[in-house]
Formats: sequence, structure tokens, C-alpha cells
Amino acid sequence: MNAPAYNFAYLDEQTKRMIRRAILKAIAIPGYQVPFASREMPMPYGWGTGGVQVTAAILGPKDVLKVIDQGSDDTTNAISIRKFFAKTAGVATTTATEDATVIQTRHRIPETALHENQVLVYQVPIPEPLRFLEPRETETRRMHALAEYGLMHVKLYEDIARFGHIATAYAYPVKVNARYVMDPSPTPKFDNPKMDNCPALQLFGAGREKRIYAIPPYTTVVSLDFEDHPFEPYRFNAPCALCGAENSYLDEIVTDDKGGRMFVCSDTDYCEGRQAAGHRGSLSAAPYKEKAHGGSNG
Amino acid sequence: MYVAVKGGERAIENAHRLLANARRGSHNVPEVTLDQISEQLGLAVDRVMSEGSLYDRELAALAIKQARGDLIEAIFLVRAFRATLPRFGASEPVETGAMRVQRRVSSTFKDIPGGQILGPTFDYTHRLLDPSLAEGFVPEAPATAEASSAPTPRVTDILGRDGLIESSPQAEKGASVGDLTREPLNFPADRDLRLQNLARGDEGFLLAMGYSTQRGYGRNHPFAGEIRFGEVEVEFFAEDAGFAVPLGSIELTECQMVNQFKGSATEAPCFTRGYGLAFGQSERKTMSMALVDRALRARELGEEAAAPAQDEEFVMSHSDNVQATGFVEHLKLPHYVDFQSELGLLRKLRQEFTDANAAESMKEAAE
Repeated sequence: MNAPAYNFAYLDEQTKRMIRRAILKAIAIPGYQVPFASREMPMPYGWGTGGVQVTAAILGPKDVLKVIDQGSDDTTNAISIRKFFAKTAGVATTTATEDATVIQTRHRIPETALHENQVLVYQVPIPEPLRFLEPRETETRRMHALAEYGLMHVKLYEDIARFGHIATAYAYPVKVNARYVMDPSPTPKFDNPKMDNCPALQLFGAGREKRIYAIPPYTTVVSLDFEDHPFEPYRFNAPCALCGAENSYLDEIVTDDKGGRMFVCSDTDYCEGRQAAGHRGSLSAAPYKEKAHGGSNG
Repeated sequence: MYVAVKGGERAIENAHRLLANARRGSHNVPEVTLDQISEQLGLAVDRVMSEGSLYDRELAALAIKQARGDLIEAIFLVRAFRATLPRFGASEPVETGAMRVQRRVSSTFKDIPGGQILGPTFDYTHRLLDPSLAEGFVPEAPATAEASSAPTPRVTDILGRDGLIESSPQAEKGASVGDLTREPLNFPADRDLRLQNLARGDEGFLLAMGYSTQRGYGRNHPFAGEIRFGEVEVEFFAEDAGFAVPLGSIELTECQMVNQFKGSATEAPCFTRGYGLAFGQSERKTMSMALVDRALRARELGEEAAAPAQDEEFVMSHSDNVQATGFVEHLKLPHYVDFQSELGLLRKLRQEFTDANAAESMKEAAE
């Protein structure tokens, strides 16, 4: 039997080179979806294989990795991916946003502002912002080539005609560097403004759909809107029940079957950092912690 | 209460430990061995090798055991391993005409050179549950005869001699073979990539797609020209040696469908081909594949392409069960961030609806 033996960060060097080429092309053409020969990874498609391949291709032995899912470091899939790299690359891991050099994320951008020496790697399910308006890849590629985005504006306009405002809550389309319309991955639109003029490099990997795209540092990213209907980020109007933050994105947690709710930061690192700094919310008992993350066991 | 919605490392570890125990089942029952899987569940192994696109019976058997018999999960395990293997190159084309056939049937001719050979088949068995198989069954030894030395040329080659069927396009010597696991797939895709996609495609999906062409969604009047199963040699051209060296032999099933074609202004009417090929004995798979391959040639043959099975993007984007199962099952992952965003939007829409209705009834009451 062929006993498996794996390279640093799992992927072989030829594959990493192929992915790095795609990444370089993506950085050169901000917002453009570069096809790449996505590999079968040891986790399922739709569970972050694109992000994992991008991370594997850029990770070096000195990197410090943070992985979040829904903003949280301790959701099951984030743990699984963090452990995967701790095991296959032996890199240091962290939950602290400012300490990480590479942050792989699903569905959120950290609340703590990113800095220049960081790369944010997004896991992307459907990279094509026009997909639900036009199912054919041959058509959507042509539309991007011609910058023919009328269909998207019509969709947003129809929302306004019907509801009085744009009815897209997450995966809200953006225009990158005044050229390509891009899907920010299913982040809540609350996070869209963080993408604009961001000092960190933002890379997007879609494994199943075999696409990589990028936003280089300090690139203009504009959420699509109309002059008379400007883009509005959504946030539930309450402070975090644990740390009292007034400006973070909140998870809604159902506490009983009688309509009880509490709202807490979706970004667990941000929330824990604030609590450690003495901030308190209305329900701030000491939050449950299973065990510290980071270090050798990831 | 906050605990319940957050996962944990220990929870994952415990879940995997529980899985290992569920996989093993009762310790009063002997553990199944890889040999047993390979020998007694051979068709499952064939399917996992085919759709996993890795010819290794032992690894496929291990994958089936590890996946608790879930074949798509087993295919996934094999694929993930395959993705890490280095590529040395492509083999020489296998000569299926020289196959040591164990089974070979044609539905187009009553007798064919080399003969019809039924071989090991479920065909013509009565599907009655057989209690004698439950335990300790020893089958009667198979009937044997002198092996025939008669060649078994492909039925389509026989038809081809009279020009009744389109000639099979020959690749240029030394032309590279497309590989969608190494290069991203672009549309429109050439037939080599389409066939690779179908060969890796889910048997159930291809079965349904092929079946739909028989029921009128892209009908192409098929006949099973030939289905053959047996062993072929695999050779690899070694640059150093300057000649092709044998790598070993593999079992393959090949299906050549013969389909009607009315001809066009430039081409005389003739039969056309649909092609299916898979590792091991995989007849349902290769027959379905051949139907879908032919359906996907609609554009090339100038036929109207309106049915799902004729739609290259539709078929090729959805045939892969590892991709499909991953994306369908990813709905199990937490989505509370985007759900929260939707919830906010829905509450806003409902509030607006209520306000509008209230304003309306106020207006009516005032009138």
C-alpha cells in the first residue's frame, strides 16, 4: 500500500506554485476571478477548500495563523482548519487578530482593524456575483469582460421598486478598483466598508468553483448603490451583552423558548479582548472557555 | 446557554472517537478485512476506483472500510489522496480491442467475431432474495473451457469498415491529453475533458441524465453496439529507454453506443458514437456515460440542444459527487452571521408591511 507522506502545509510544491501564479494574477487584476486547478483537499468542498488552498500556498514556517468562522475562533470548522495547518505545517496559531500574519475567514472580517503585514484569506462558496442572475459561466465571463453590469443594477433597482430599499443582507456586491464587480463572499454587508482601502492583502479562494481573486492593499472597494439610495450597513441596534460594544456585529442567541434573546459580538477575539480590558455588558458573567487556543495544540 | 452554540475542540475529538466506535460496530462481530471488501464487495471497489479516478483496489477497499460503506465518502477519501500524488505523465492509449475479455455483448448483431460472452453478470438472474447466501454458501465451481484464441475486434470497428459509422478521431501522435484535475475547466470543453469529467462523474447522476435522453429529453436513438469487460495492458513511453514499457494490467469496462445521425449538407447519414469507459466492471456507469457523451455532442453534430443532458455546462458542473456532496452538506456549517443579517432584513420588511397596512386601515377608517 502507498503510505501517504505529505509536504509542508499539505500541498505539493508544484501545486503551490500553480496557486501562487493564480494569486499573483489576481493581485494584478483586482476583483477579477482567476481560474485555477483546484485540488481535492482532505475536507469537503464547500467547507473552505478554496481558502485552505490559498492559505497552504502562502503559508511560511514563520507565519502565525488565525482561523475564524462566523467571526469566531472556536466554531467547529475553524478549529478543524486551524488544527489541519498546525499539524501539516507546524505553524504557530493564535486567536488574537493583531498577532496573526495570515487570517483565514468564513463569513466575517475581524472587528480589529487589519494592518499591512497581514493577509486575510476568505473562503468563498460562489465567487460569481452575477451567478444568480445568469447561471451560465460563459455568459458571466463575457459580462465581466465587457464590464456589462446593467443586470446587477436592475436587480438592485427592482429591490428598491418593490421594498423601498436594497434587499440584500449578505454577499452584498462591491466594485473593486472601479472595474470589476465582485462577490465579497457571504459576509454580512456590515463588513463591506472594512474592505475599502484596507492595509492588508485580501485573497479569496473558491475551491469547488476553481476561482481565486484578490483585493490588493489600499484598493478602492465600493458597495453598489444609488445616489438616492446609498449603501447602509446593517447592525442590530443593541450593545453586546457581554462586552458592551456598540459598533460590533452581533450574533443573536436564543436563550429560551419564550422569545428570550441575547446579542453578543460575533467576533469572539474582539469581545474577549474588550472584556479583558474591563468592558462589561448587561449579561457579562465570565464567558465559558473550554481551553486556551494557540500554542502547540492549535 | 452561550456554551451551546459554540463548538469545541473536545467536542470534535469526542465525535471522531464515537465515529471510530460506530465504524467498528459490535466487537462480538469479526472485523471486516480489506481482502474481504475487495473480493466480496468487488463492484463497490470498482465504483470507488472509477469515480475516485485512482486504480488501486487495496486503497479503495480501505476507503470503503473507513467510510463505513458510504461510497461517495470513500470516493472522496481516494480523491483527496490522489490529489497529492506526483504526475509522471500519461500512459499510451490502452488498446481495448486487444482486451482479454471476461464479458462482451453486442445488442446490434446476433453473432460477432470472437462471439458474445456473457461472463459474470446479474443479467437474467431472477431478483429473488437468496437465503442460502446468508451464511456458509459454497458456490459450484465455474464451468470452464479452452480459452478461445479468436480475436475480438470492436463491433464499432466492424461497422467502421463499411463507413456506416463515423470514424473515431485519432489523436495526433504525442498530442497532450487534457486533465481537468491539473488545469481549470473552461467552457466550451473538448471531448477529452468531457469524457474525463463523465468518467469521474457520479454514477447516479449519469444514470438519470442518460435515462432522460431515452425518455425524450435530447433523444439520440441509441443501440448498445458493444459492452466489454476485461483486462488490458497499460504501457508508458519511457523517454530514457526510447520505447513503451509495460506498467501492468488493469480491468476496464468499455461501452460503445451506436446512435442515429441524419447527416447534414456536407456529411452522409451515418451512425455516430457515444463512448463510456470505467475501471473494473461498471456497466451501468459506462452505458450511462456513453448516452450522455453522445448527448453532449449535439453542438458538434449540429443538432438542436435544448435538453439538460445536452447542456455541457449543466452536466459537467453538476456531475461530480465529491463537489456536490460537499456543497450540499456545507449547509450544516454555521451560517448564523449571514442568517442574522437576513433576520434583520426580514424584520425590517415585516415592520414596513405592518406599518403600511396600519396606515392603509387608518386611512380607510378616516374615510
